[in-house]
Amino acid sequence: MFEALQFEFMRNAIVAGLLAAIACGVVGVYVTVKKIVFASDGIAHFSFGGVGLGYLIGINPIWVAMAFTLASAIGMGFIIRRTKLPEDTVIGVLLAMGMALGIIFIGLAPGYAPDLFSYLFGNILTVPISDLILMFVLDGIILILVLALYKEFLTLCFDEEFGAITGVPVEKLYFLLLCMIALTVVVMIRVVGIILVIALLTIPATLARQFTHNLRTMMLLATAFGIIFTFGGIWLSYILDLASGATIVLLSGIVLLGSFGFSKLRSKT
Amino acid sequence: MSQENLVQLHNIWVRYNGIPVLENINLAIKKGDFLGIIGPNGGGKTTLLKVILGLVHPDRGTVSIMGEPPERGRRHIGYVSQHNLFDRSFPINIWDTVLMGRYGSTGMFKHYNAQDKLAVEQALKTVGMIDRKFQQLGQLSGGEQQRVFIARALVTDPQLLLLDEPTASVDSAMQTEFYELLDHLKDTMAIVLVSHDISAISIYVNEIACLNRQLYYHGSKEITTEILESTYKCPVQMIAHGTIPHRVLKEH
Repeated sequence: MFEALQFEFMRNAIVAGLLAAIACGVVGVYVTVKKIVFASDGIAHFSFGGVGLGYLIGINPIWVAMAFTLASAIGMGFIIRRTKLPEDTVIGVLLAMGMALGIIFIGLAPGYAPDLFSYLFGNILTVPISDLILMFVLDGIILILVLALYKEFLTLCFDEEFGAITGVPVEKLYFLLLCMIALTVVVMIRVVGIILVIALLTIPATLARQFTHNLRTMMLLATAFGIIFTFGGIWLSYILDLASGATIVLLSGIVLLGSFGFSKLRSKT
Repeated sequence: MSQENLVQLHNIWVRYNGIPVLENINLAIKKGDFLGIIGPNGGGKTTLLKVILGLVHPDRGTVSIMGEPPERGRRHIGYVSQHNLFDRSFPINIWDTVLMGRYGSTGMFKHYNAQDKLAVEQALKTVGMIDRKFQQLGQLSGGEQQRVFIARALVTDPQLLLLDEPTASVDSAMQTEFYELLDHLKDTMAIVLVSHDISAISIYVNEIACLNRQLYYHGSKEITTEILESTYKCPVQMIAHGTIPHRVLKEH
């Protein structure tokens, strides 16, 4: 492992893993306690439309994907909040449309889309410096928002109705939360890919929840678990020569299921 | 509209998908009131509370809270919603839950200050939960959780306490204790509590109102008294004052 660190791509991978773990640790806590996992997955999948458009018009797909995730977050929030359409149906429809758009755009783009697979399933070993900088900035925005609005987001997640009565702008915060999820998705795309984003948004937070009843501690723990999973996943994928994103996800999932099993066993005895 | 009324509802109509839920509601809540609103299960009562709180907008009629529209006036109201609506496993302790009620006096971006913490401490003492302030909310019994939510409503410094089915998840032994707590609070604020459980609330409240908004769909089997006959004409009706409702209702 340590001799691997002399390669620049490996050092970048470590930094990317760290940045991804922070974003998914913090935002993942909100996603799980607010139970908006499916909406988050919808936003993630919709970003594929942006990746496709990026290929078509020749702009870094990550940037276009960010425009798409933000637009889908606001659009989805609007439909969920302001119409009577069933929430999960709306998410399902948008999710599929985003993916379809991506495929159409890529089909229209001239030539072959070489690293398309890495957008879908992630490749932490190929993250360019420019994307690292973007991930760093997005992490910063997320952390500033969460630090500044911690008590507001807590009320939003726990009891929106009571929040509204005491004057918390719950509607605006809900949109802001969806936008933070959109930014988190962008941070994660390079690491685990569009399709696997939801794993890192849910698994570290769910694991953390077993150890604490405090949202702040939960965020710290989830970030720590995220770091362990991404680094462990990178290491395993390196020595076993497997796809890095998928290895990270499987490692996280196995640990989570194991901990569920362990606590079940322990509660029996 | 009189200024001394905390809440004034005038000719309120609410429909959901064309079905009337509230019809022609007129209600005035004054300082010192302790009002119980009873009525059959399945809506209506909660909708009425939400109209007062500005969470449901009536199709017709006006709401005013201390002379203001509900969106502004509701900051004077402490609200305890129906118990079953919250996620029991939510990672939050008692202290942080109650602190949430201080948002109105703190505001955005700011941290809760010493005064907020003092208010939380006092409220937790009032409801008798101060010793367990760091326990997770989900580990408490239904009655204890109800106390925490009352504490959260109390720290907003309310003029009026609105309680929606407060005893639904409280076992009968705890109910007496719970009503004694309300009895103690009624000296400092008006209280309105909504329930389908007539016998329990009638002992403590000063006034009882009946709410039956769905005359066309529901018979009123649960409360077939001469009192409710008048309810058929008008969905909300003051029935009696003082200790009379206690005796009247105990007969059946």
